[in-house]
Amino acid sequence: MIRTTSARAVSLLVRLVPPFLALVLSLLAGAVVMAAIGKDPVLVYSRFFSETLGTPYGIGQVLFKATPLMLTGLSAAVAFRAGLFNIGAEGQLTIGAIATAIIGCSFPGLPAFLLIPFCLLGGIAGGALWGGIPGILKARFGAHEVINTIMMNFIAAALVSYLVTNVFAVPATVHTPTIAPSAEIARLDLVFPALHGSPANFSILIAFAACGLCSYLIWKTRLGYEIRAVGLNPHAATYGRISVKWTTVKTMLIAGGFAGLVGSNFVLGYKHYFELGFSEGIGFIGIAVALLAKNNPGGIIAASLFFGLLEYGGLTVNTLVPKEIINILQAVVIILLIILTRVFQRWIEHFQLVRETAAGHV
Amino acid sequence: MSESFLTVAFLAQTLRISIPYALPALGASFSERGGVVNIALEGILLVSAFATTTAIYYTGSPAAGIAAGIIAGIGVAFLHGIISITFKADQIVSGIAINLLALGATKFSCQIIFHSSSNSARIVGMEGWTFLPDVPILNNPFILGTIAIAIFSHFILFWSRFGLRLRSVGENPQAADTLGVNVARIRHVGVLISGALTGLGGAWLAIDQHSFTDGMSAGRGFIALAAMIIGKWNPVGAASAALLFGFAESLVIQLQGGTEYIQFIQMIPYVATIVVLAGFIGRATPPAADGVPYEKE
Repeated sequence: MIRTTSARAVSLLVRLVPPFLALVLSLLAGAVVMAAIGKDPVLVYSRFFSETLGTPYGIGQVLFKATPLMLTGLSAAVAFRAGLFNIGAEGQLTIGAIATAIIGCSFPGLPAFLLIPFCLLGGIAGGALWGGIPGILKARFGAHEVINTIMMNFIAAALVSYLVTNVFAVPATVHTPTIAPSAEIARLDLVFPALHGSPANFSILIAFAACGLCSYLIWKTRLGYEIRAVGLNPHAATYGRISVKWTTVKTMLIAGGFAGLVGSNFVLGYKHYFELGFSEGIGFIGIAVALLAKNNPGGIIAASLFFGLLEYGGLTVNTLVPKEIINILQAVVIILLIILTRVFQRWIEHFQLVRETAAGHV
Repeated sequence: MSESFLTVAFLAQTLRISIPYALPALGASFSERGGVVNIALEGILLVSAFATTTAIYYTGSPAAGIAAGIIAGIGVAFLHGIISITFKADQIVSGIAINLLALGATKFSCQIIFHSSSNSARIVGMEGWTFLPDVPILNNPFILGTIAIAIFSHFILFWSRFGLRLRSVGENPQAADTLGVNVARIRHVGVLISGALTGLGGAWLAIDQHSFTDGMSAGRGFIALAAMIIGKWNPVGAASAALLFGFAESLVIQLQGGTEYIQFIQMIPYVATIVVLAGFIGRATPPAADGVPYEKE
């Protein structure tokens, strides 16, 4: 009894300590960089936190930045669960977002309760298509999804560049025409007036729902069981009559679908059009979110809020230090996280081995 | 059409454009033959291009710039080695993090040094190089150097004791370990070589463009990785595949402005990579322990 309780405490420790340490150490590393270029870290961080969490407007901005990260985080996490690397969320969200925008401006006659779901489905389909192709290539030909998803990112970028400059073009801009008013998702300040001015909108509820759905999928459904089985041990999964190939394809479709929903936040909820380069690499930050959250949908909400805080916080301190300090912090978080997780695992294993030897189990 | 682009000038341009694909692809073959996947090549290109630019900016010497690029490449590769070999963390995640770090750190430093996060000041290139100035191809030391490195790499990898050891730790680290090979050390050396070669590629990017611009690696590190796979993890094959990508990009430049479908021509290298990886020109088999951290029993 005592053994299991302590084992549970140890496992909780292993799960919580490395992420927490990585966050604290990365903020310290940021302070060192700031000091190195002659800036006062205390001043920078105090502005960083007061202008993000200190005002309702700042909180709204953080929520807005966190929303797409939840979706790309889920995208990476679902793939990780199946032992796959989805580095293609960037391309998937790009295709999904432009599909959302095209549908949004093509059917102005439809009422909101039809047009918004239609736009979202278009986004899911676009993302799923872009994720599904590398999935099929992996299943059918064994082509590695890492290279293929990266290539799909470049193809997506070229494709939307063509569409925005030639097909759905607004002269002298790099965005599509504006979507119909009935496709717009309302801002959160409609209900929380304090958030006024911030772009936070109700698509954050879509992101929350996606996290809930993903949690249900992974833990309560047959498909989720198959995904986890393939990720833990494809040979055992095959022995258990799970088709690894088919599960790979389905996982990549789902991962792409989650990323494809990103357009709801920017296109439907904020700018009301698709713009080239709007995503600024959030597809890649999604991988960091999934890692920090250990691929758990609940953790993804928390991790997205943290990375959203960094994203907006970087903008608030841009007059003091170049905002790219944030990219450095994000990278340092990931590097420390994967190192600390390994170090901790080894300590725990060592600790358990020593105890078992002492207890005469070996 | 045929007379307009099958010229010596076009060939020279293709070779020139191929350099920053070929050098990282050559580097990748060392890293992966030793069992370490290195998608940090993209970030290494960026950091070394920035280091080269900064060094030339302060010294005015292209030689110092090239040295700085190589040293920076080795430095970033060492970070990848520490994370993925010493700490045995996931090689792909490490690569993603390093690429993110490189993108952020170069823009950050560019802002500090050149007061713009997107552009550096203009630097001198290889204008001072006066060997056979009027002979295309031969007048570019980087082209000759890259070809020489490709051939030399083949001999190192397949005919030297170090090459045998490197391949052994990539194929079967347990067996190599049993025979007294220090798996971690040999893998580190493979990764450092990939950093040095990619660093040279980054130096060329900066020298060729006479400046640093943010994100100027533009996916070349990833394509180099694909070229290495297409070349079946062999240096000469990897460099030849890089030449294909150089040809495609050269063609894009040639056709620029002549068509409104330019984006579709830009897609060709990426689509070609996917098609090739799907095995349409024969199966590519990676080293058996590629991407797998070595756990000593």
